[in-house]
Amino acid sequence: MSSGVLAVDLAYWQVTILRVLGLLAAVLLPAGTIVYVFLFKMMSFMQSRLGPMEAGPYGSMQLLAEVGKWLQKEDLFPDGADRKVFAWAPIVVVVSTFIMYAVVPFGPDAWFADLPTGIFFALAVSSVSVIGILMAGWASANKYSLMGGLRATGQLIAYELPLVLAVLGVVIQAGTMNMQGIVEAQRNGEIFGFGGIGNPFILTQFVGFALFMIAMQAELTQPPFDMPVAESELVAGYLTEYSGLRFLLFFIGEFATAGAFSAIAAVLFLGGWALPGISFDSNLMNVLGPLVMLGKMMLVVFLVMWFRFTYPRFREDQLQIFAWKFLIPISLVNIAVTAVLKVAF
Amino acid sequence: MSDFLRSYLTVGIFLGVGIALVTTMLGVASLLRPTKPSPQKHIVYESGVDPVGSGWSQSQIRYYIFALLFVMFDVEAVFIFPWATRLEAYGLFGLIEMFIFIFVLFLGLVYAWRKGVLRWV
Repeated sequence: MSSGVLAVDLAYWQVTILRVLGLLAAVLLPAGTIVYVFLFKMMSFMQSRLGPMEAGPYGSMQLLAEVGKWLQKEDLFPDGADRKVFAWAPIVVVVSTFIMYAVVPFGPDAWFADLPTGIFFALAVSSVSVIGILMAGWASANKYSLMGGLRATGQLIAYELPLVLAVLGVVIQAGTMNMQGIVEAQRNGEIFGFGGIGNPFILTQFVGFALFMIAMQAELTQPPFDMPVAESELVAGYLTEYSGLRFLLFFIGEFATAGAFSAIAAVLFLGGWALPGISFDSNLMNVLGPLVMLGKMMLVVFLVMWFRFTYPRFREDQLQIFAWKFLIPISLVNIAVTAVLKVAF
Repeated sequence: MSDFLRSYLTVGIFLGVGIALVTTMLGVASLLRPTKPSPQKHIVYESGVDPVGSGWSQSQIRYYIFALLFVMFDVEAVFIFPWATRLEAYGLFGLIEMFIFIFVLFLGLVYAWRKGVLRWV
């Protein structure tokens, strides 16, 4: 989507319009797919039930029905709430996801913003949603919300570290923070002299990939890491006082962030828009790239959801100890080993 | 304008698009939804009983300590990222330098661990 896509030169404003349309597709399509295919259908099948069947064939219109329902719900503000902060919290959560997508490349020319600090930027923006959640928990003036908000913050910052440190292994190997650069490093890389399939970092950074997946699961507050919204003790955590569209916005944020994180995981570890061992003409790749990315994203989300539906919930103390005493030391060792190998070879 | 700044302009436009989309949705909802306020609806939820005291109750100090630990490691990450991109050029010198840096920070974690801060009681 840069100037010169399919050999047509475009002005900046034209490219920007294309990019905005691409962004809306990139945020909303994966989020909708994740909710329908995984949350509605896969979860139901894993629990031996059918899931939504009434709205449209196989319940495929269920999402539209849900949005229609939420739009008609009354917008309630609890007594004593900090109204401005309460109103803005879901917006902060959703908007941070939009900016996270900005650095994800979908093809050789099909990128939104080619920032030199790509992955660093994405990680920085992803932690803005923590502020949104803390705002929601604080502004509700509700004990459950406050505890849920604090728990969520404690969890998100604890798992932010393994996430960042796992990414560092990839940055050391690729030698760049630019997302396109990381894709190129995997496409043209070789594993100990064998370059037939490039070097998808899932092979050479397997520990990093495992750390990233676990930390991502916790960042998305998916079970087994869903203590912040543990319904048996905290009602719905920081979501308790929200109703109507603002409540839905938190969910859109959650699953759009799931899409954004899976896109980042696909770029960092699975080779991004490139197909291993095959190189097409760059014009063709601009069309194929987004499809390849979508496939890889869905693969990552499938893993996340599989864990989600399989494992029971962690206890709060286990969750914190797991991050601080297990994941962070391992990720430091991972960085050290990666750095030594990088210098040695 | 350089390509570098243009990239950030795109990010700024995305920020605007995000806010515009969300506020549009909220605007549409405000046209569709009913507004029938009653005092009961606005009572803070506390498992069905009348709320006791203020909603901003006292909370554990441990969250604060975890936040401090987080700052320590996050600042570390800020320093490691630029080093990671240039590791090939620095070679063995850079490697040893960074090992000393990570070791000192790791001591911080070990200290907190020994102090029992990481225990969640």
